[in-house]
Amino acid sequence: MAQFKRRDFLKAGIAGILVSRQAPLFAQANTVHIVRWNDFVPAADKVLREVFAPEVQKALGIKLNVETINANDIPARATSAIQSGSGPDIFMLLNNYPHLYASAAVDVGAIADEVAKAQGGIYEASAALNRVGGKWVSIPWSVVPAMIAYRKSWFDEVGAKTFPKTWQEYHAVGKKLKANKHPIGQTLGNTFGDAPTFTYPLLWSYGGQEVAKGKVVLDSKETLDSVRFMVQFWNDAHDEGGLAWDDSNNNRAFLSGDISASLNGASIYVAALNGADKFKTEKGAPLHTDILHAPLPAGPKGAQAYHTAFNHMVMKYSKNAKAAIEFLRWAHKQENYEKWFVVQKGFAVGATRVWEKHAMWKNDPVMLPFRGGAAQQKRLMGFSGQPNQKAAEVWNKFIVTGMYAQACSGKVKPEDAVKWAAGELRKIYT
Amino acid sequence: MGGGRAAQDLHLSARSSTEGARVSRLTRLLESEKALAAALLAPGVAILVVFIAYPFVMALWYSLTSIRVGDAGHFVGLDNFAKAVDDTIFQQAFKNTVFYTFWATIFKLSLGMWLALLLNRHFRFKRVVRASMLLPFIIPTVLSAFAWRWMFDPTFSVMNWMLYHGGMITDRLPFLSSGDWAMWCAVLVNTWRGMPFFAITLLAGLQTISPDLHEAAALDGAGAWHRFWHVTWPLLLPVTLVVVVFSVIQTFSDFQLIYVLTGGGPANSTHLIATYAYQIGVASGLLGEGAALSLFMFPVLFAVVWVQLRYLKRMEAA
Repeated sequence: MAQFKRRDFLKAGIAGILVSRQAPLFAQANTVHIVRWNDFVPAADKVLREVFAPEVQKALGIKLNVETINANDIPARATSAIQSGSGPDIFMLLNNYPHLYASAAVDVGAIADEVAKAQGGIYEASAALNRVGGKWVSIPWSVVPAMIAYRKSWFDEVGAKTFPKTWQEYHAVGKKLKANKHPIGQTLGNTFGDAPTFTYPLLWSYGGQEVAKGKVVLDSKETLDSVRFMVQFWNDAHDEGGLAWDDSNNNRAFLSGDISASLNGASIYVAALNGADKFKTEKGAPLHTDILHAPLPAGPKGAQAYHTAFNHMVMKYSKNAKAAIEFLRWAHKQENYEKWFVVQKGFAVGATRVWEKHAMWKNDPVMLPFRGGAAQQKRLMGFSGQPNQKAAEVWNKFIVTGMYAQACSGKVKPEDAVKWAAGELRKIYT
Repeated sequence: MGGGRAAQDLHLSARSSTEGARVSRLTRLLESEKALAAALLAPGVAILVVFIAYPFVMALWYSLTSIRVGDAGHFVGLDNFAKAVDDTIFQQAFKNTVFYTFWATIFKLSLGMWLALLLNRHFRFKRVVRASMLLPFIIPTVLSAFAWRWMFDPTFSVMNWMLYHGGMITDRLPFLSSGDWAMWCAVLVNTWRGMPFFAITLLAGLQTISPDLHEAAALDGAGAWHRFWHVTWPLLLPVTLVVVVFSVIQTFSDFQLIYVLTGGGPANSTHLIATYAYQIGVASGLLGEGAALSLFMFPVLFAVVWVQLRYLKRMEAA
């Protein structure tokens, strides 16, 4: 009888795996549970569930369980998971939330290094949001650049052949637009995305800062100028309902023809493109043919922007942390990531430079302003300090947005709104 | 043989006497009121300890520490409470909570009483109407708040649409985009949701009042208002006070309605203590500060309940 050696056994095993195209049983037991937001581009969630899940199962034997929830509810889920020591293996976290949950994270520096090396480097802002004390506590997945979506024909009607370059020009154009019953739509509500991505760059473009050399300097002349400007701009050019909007109201208002412009990700345009039969201009043309994008205008201290960062954190409490890291390593490989990237059509862009050169950008010139958006971001919350826990607290309490909202509501004078906001910042930073 | 039977009898009698002793011990234990009371109370006490006392003590402890999400923190004494008192958003949230509770309770009580008096009459389909009145109370708050949010939507409000097309307004009403309007909208939705609870409980109270008393008062020449004020109201007062206590507790600690309807905005003008504590404790991860904020509800609610129950006790004694 022929002797069956250990090597033969291994060969037979590997051959079995290759023939059956199934990972061994112990690997199959690896389930990775990831919690992400309900993507504003639903096709992207479909890719995760219908393409990533079966492919990663085949490639690594990992069963991927994708759960999507409202972005505003993610911090609550993460907090309860961390405190109870059980929950999803990976959380998608926005902006500088990785700084808040740093102690609950597994180091993902190895993947970050690999991705940076293979894909032309990670954007500076994305790196700052995901590195805490020199350690990669999470890995940047994507960035959703914020641009102003506007109705070309309505801007033409009021004589704006190109998008205004400065806040003053935008104000003048907006005044005419509102007189034509096509106001600008902007949320100043307590919401995670479109409100702070508008108010922080507005503050910076006037030279306002939250802190400088460890001290709160928000109550400056520059900040006050920006608030005074915003009050006038609000009254003359905006839809006042914006004080109560969340991140989806402006999409609906734009698509229904109620507003002429709004700072947003590309989701308005993508929705108009996907629903060309549904969303039409008043002349019956597909709405997407009348939409263009532009960056926020410049203030006295130049133009600024804030683009929302989307990051993945592998949780320390996870029993599948190893599999979770392997999944992320697999998902970040260019050939896999690309499947998710292309369906975004530019709404979300990669956090590395290589994606700026992707052929997708040749498909649609309307989306081109989003291509380099993330690369140009130089400032983050807490500027000119760090985007740390204190900055996150200010952000989460909506203090900077609240400063503008209070003044625009007409209930508080601009001076008092600035004084209030600076006072709240001092309580947090001392 | 005979000796064997005697031994068996002896064995049996010994066993029965042991069983008898055991039965009598068990019977004595069951017959002891103290032991029975303890046994019956035990599950309730266990539930209270696990689900009420333990979280409450933990919240107390958290409020005295600098605990953050993922970081146990250290003892900071009353620092979190001092920070809350100094926090202008919290001050506003506290005022909002008092305003919201006061007006919602007033409206729920007056409209609930009015509805209960109407439903206490005899009319066709009485039972169907009484049952359907409970609908706002039965629908989950999150769902009904979403429906109201759509009705108050700044751009697509159906109310604005109706008022505009009815020629009653020329510009949209700022239901949720003005701080004052948003707060009154929240009071309205809370009233809509809570009124059936008042109505159905007061209706139950009304049905315990003997019609003879009304007849006697009517014979003495009392009008409808006098009959209500001198007969119905005094007899209904104990039930009313209990309903008001429940309502104040629920309204003061309300969370879902505001979270869905306004998210605390615009510019924090509808934040309640519960929604702000959630924003700080859960959304921002500052668990110690969030616990301290939420504990501000406790002394207020305790005082309200204590005063009302004391009043109720005094009335019962009288």
